[in-house]
Amino acid sequence: MLREKGTRFLVDSVGAEQARVLETEVAPAQAKAREKMAAGFKTVEPLEYYRRFLKENCRPDGRELGEFRTTTVNIGSVSTADGSALVKLGNTAVICGIKAEFAAPPPDAPDKGYVVPNVDLPPLCSSRFRSGPPGEEAQVASQFIADVIENSQIILKEDLCISPGKLAWVLYCDLICLDYDGNILDACTCALLAALKNVQLPEVTINEETALAEVNLKKKRYLNIRTHPVATSFAVFDDTLLIVDPTGEEEHLATGTLTVVMDEEGKLCCLHKPGGSGLTGAKLQDCLSRAVTRHKEIKKLMDEVIKSMKAK
Amino acid sequence: MQSEAKIHTEHGTDSSPQGPGCSLRHFACEQNLLSRPDGSASFLQGVAEKSRERLIRNTCEAVVLGALHPRTSITIVLQVISDAGSLMACCLNATCMALVDAGVPMQALFCGVTCALDSDGTLVLDPTAKQEKEARAVLTFALDSVDQKLLMSTTKGLYSNAELQQCLAAAQAASQHVFRFYRESLQRRYSKS
Repeated sequence: MLREKGTRFLVDSVGAEQARVLETEVAPAQAKAREKMAAGFKTVEPLEYYRRFLKENCRPDGRELGEFRTTTVNIGSVSTADGSALVKLGNTAVICGIKAEFAAPPPDAPDKGYVVPNVDLPPLCSSRFRSGPPGEEAQVASQFIADVIENSQIILKEDLCISPGKLAWVLYCDLICLDYDGNILDACTCALLAALKNVQLPEVTINEETALAEVNLKKKRYLNIRTHPVATSFAVFDDTLLIVDPTGEEEHLATGTLTVVMDEEGKLCCLHKPGGSGLTGAKLQDCLSRAVTRHKEIKKLMDEVIKSMKAK
Repeated sequence: MQSEAKIHTEHGTDSSPQGPGCSLRHFACEQNLLSRPDGSASFLQGVAEKSRERLIRNTCEAVVLGALHPRTSITIVLQVISDAGSLMACCLNATCMALVDAGVPMQALFCGVTCALDSDGTLVLDPTAKQEKEARAVLTFALDSVDQKLLMSTTKGLYSNAELQQCLAAAQAASQHVFRFYRESLQRRYSKS
């Protein structure tokens, strides 16, 4: 219903000064001409074009202000990785691959392993990224994921230790964006969580005589995932309006962004607001309540996917 | 480049405790920094720095009236002289004062406030480095001077919604003190000349 409203609104917004929804059918030739004008208006005045939709409490793709895009999760698609997941949030697609390797534990924490995340935004996902060393956006995203892992205690680093002081697992989590259409942080967090749930580590015993590690590939165990952090991103428009799950264009036009990472008990792991227009305490509360409902949605989706995987 | 790396090793990582025989070890560390490992060490630290730079930059962009100065680049250079906790808040305060000193037109002043929550749930404003380390959660906010709206927030650790509201309220109250200090120091400066 809203999708229809969106398209009709688009066709008519250019002609008149006020927005009104057309009830009658427009002749095909006229409709085509109006669409061309609307596209022109969008190129010349993108913010004004967008405001016309916001006034009607909807967005160009037909979504409401508090509605997320369709989320799909696909687990275990990369057979060469120890754990993998592909998450699609509308057009945004992120794939996470986890490889487990051996390493010596850090000298100041001999009973801990490592989890090393890395977010890669290659030129293939969007024309705004160039090839070469990671740009600022990729570095900020990597730091964000590292903070989420650290703060939420999603896995205990002690679980990754094989032999204190000698051998530990290091999990290299590579998140690669395949298609960038906004809200990369939500997709990355979701992909990371799904991939970690998919990781199976073989049993390792240290042979006392040779002091070498013996890997038993036949016996594999899943990781102990303690919490389920789920990220919810918002974009702030004109210092007042909050929209959920911004697309690439919306992020570009927004005056600020906010990302909230919550776990199942309602505890916050991360409140990431990198500058941008100010928010009052009341608006912040609205965001947090939306984040709670989003967490439930994602948890349900994740449980379904895991169940279907285990059923195979 | 070498001196920068030296500063990083002194402040950043949780390496072995400083003891009397340590000065020799520090020397060896410096020598090591000349070889290849130096590249990776400064890069790892650089990612955290990039994140902090972005936070400060976005906070300034929201407040500075950039439209009055088209085709102008405003560069803000922050040099950490000593870090005794609440580093991010200090950086934000320094940035705001520098922008005022430069006469850059702004919509509002902003200030940084850090809160630490320890394991009992007690709130500590403006924690020292030791308190930050032992805290369960550390929250840093940037608030504006007009109606104490939240401009920037970066948090570490796990905390509940109620605790967040508590910290935000405490930070908003504390920001009044900071803004009063700004006003007083500017008054003092301009009354002299």
